[in-house]
Amino acid sequence: MAERGFEISRLPGFATVAVAAFVILYLPIVTLVVFSFNDSNSVATWGGLSLHWYADAWDNADVKAATMRSLIIGVSAAFLSTILATLAALGTTRRREFRGQTFIYVMINQPLMVPEIVTAVALLIFFGIIKVATGYQGLGYLIAAHTAFCIPFAYLPIRARLESMDLALETAAADLYASPWQTFRRVTLPLLAPGIMAGAMLAFVISLDDVVITEFVKSGGQDTLPTYMLGQLRRAFTPEVNAISTMLLGVTVVLLTAFFLLTRNKD
Amino acid sequence: MSPAEENAVRSSARNGWLLSAPALIVLALAASGPLLIVVWYSFLTANDTGGIIREFSLEGWKGIFLTYDIFEEKYALADAHLTIFWRSVWLSLTTTLLAFAIGFPTAWFIATRPAQQRAMWLFLITIPFWTNLLIRTFAINEVIRNEGILNTVLLMLGVIDAPLQINYTEGAVLIGMTYVYLPLMVLPLYATIERFDMRLLEAAYDLYASRWTTLRRVILPIVKPGIIAGSILVFVPSLGAYVTPRILGGGKKMMIGNFIELQFLQGKNWPLGAALSVLLLLIVMAALLVYVRVANRDRSQGHG
Repeated sequence: MAERGFEISRLPGFATVAVAAFVILYLPIVTLVVFSFNDSNSVATWGGLSLHWYADAWDNADVKAATMRSLIIGVSAAFLSTILATLAALGTTRRREFRGQTFIYVMINQPLMVPEIVTAVALLIFFGIIKVATGYQGLGYLIAAHTAFCIPFAYLPIRARLESMDLALETAAADLYASPWQTFRRVTLPLLAPGIMAGAMLAFVISLDDVVITEFVKSGGQDTLPTYMLGQLRRAFTPEVNAISTMLLGVTVVLLTAFFLLTRNKD
Repeated sequence: MSPAEENAVRSSARNGWLLSAPALIVLALAASGPLLIVVWYSFLTANDTGGIIREFSLEGWKGIFLTYDIFEEKYALADAHLTIFWRSVWLSLTTTLLAFAIGFPTAWFIATRPAQQRAMWLFLITIPFWTNLLIRTFAINEVIRNEGILNTVLLMLGVIDAPLQINYTEGAVLIGMTYVYLPLMVLPLYATIERFDMRLLEAAYDLYASRWTTLRRVILPIVKPGIIAGSILVFVPSLGAYVTPRILGGGKKMMIGNFIELQFLQGKNWPLGAALSVLLLLIVMAALLVYVRVANRDRSQGHG
């Protein structure tokens, strides 16, 4: 039966297009990774295996500073947005539908709907006014902006986890005279932990990758890794950018794999 | 409802709001609220030094379609702007079509794999989906640029004598956007095809429908919600694209996103840039509204 269903769902040419699509998706990325280990200066000719470009990137003070900045912003934004998203998810799930709940959903998902360039322009103007008024020029603006657009990404896995959780366990804890706080601390939170971890990782990846909003919000000398790379493109292209891309790619793949393992695990 | 129950409902709603409040405040300050300032700025006067004067003016909005000729002292249609809008719209539409043409067979292929294999194929689509857009644009740039892999291979094989100039053309932007947004088409399509009842195909073939008729009359109508979702997910970011046209199109083949940037970061005309941003936002909202309406209608008709 399964064999026949499989046969019948075959459409001519579809498998070919699909395999071609996977090749097209991965070929450029693989090329970029391979050529980041190329000894030659040219991006098209192979000059032997070398870590030359990684050494260059490592010795580059600008790259180091940009990496630090990306990490500070990413960790802060992931931490803050995950706390905010956890509270919001607890507020919007597992209770009787209340007035304004749709409004809350729309607000939380708003960063997914508004084009990034529009948010970037809005923050450029708004933070510009605040910068003039307060004189503060620090990383706070970037952290605030990243925290805001990371909220929906942290919210979704946490909410999914909450919705799939068994309410009976919490009821049982309450029946055994646990206070609401004890129930939350000892039952809800441990059960929710994989969702929270997944949300935090997704938020971190999203913050680490952002180009457009960062490009508009940053003050002078506040390049993150992606805006540094974008700036490099104006000058001569070197495989150093490939090396940085490969490292970023590695971080993303590791975090995503962890994310999938966390969300797949339905204990 | 008893008074006690009513109280419980009310306190539950209050807790819902209180728990959501911190997130809402941050979003209002660093995402939604500032959008209102953009609307306000679109009605102000441009300053020659690249800022604004707080005086009401419609010049920003007029500037979208018209340019003021200081010698003739009258308005003329801004051809350069219209070219950019037209390019943005047709490139986004073509990107959506191409992504569908490649994405539909891909999603069908994944959905018809044996269950154990599906997760693996899906993961292969998800990795590029979450990978930095900038890195993926760099990657495709490595392939299509003059000294890139494609030209090197074609030159070596003797297919061409001189490198093909792909970069800095509309074709390059089209290739780049299709490449980076393809996963956004595949994922929603997969989600609907996965729920498709394959017995319907059996029924269609039993009734002597050809494969083509089955595709057109049975499969496509049923997976329509997925097609619409995928199309919106590709069309919306394409229309507001900034990174991909900047890298692959250069300064010559600008799209709306780059045009907006030009007004702000190069400090040319803030009210015009603000008006363009509001216009882009309105178009995207209209597209999303169409999506919500179609999705609701399909749900009420009991599809899916």
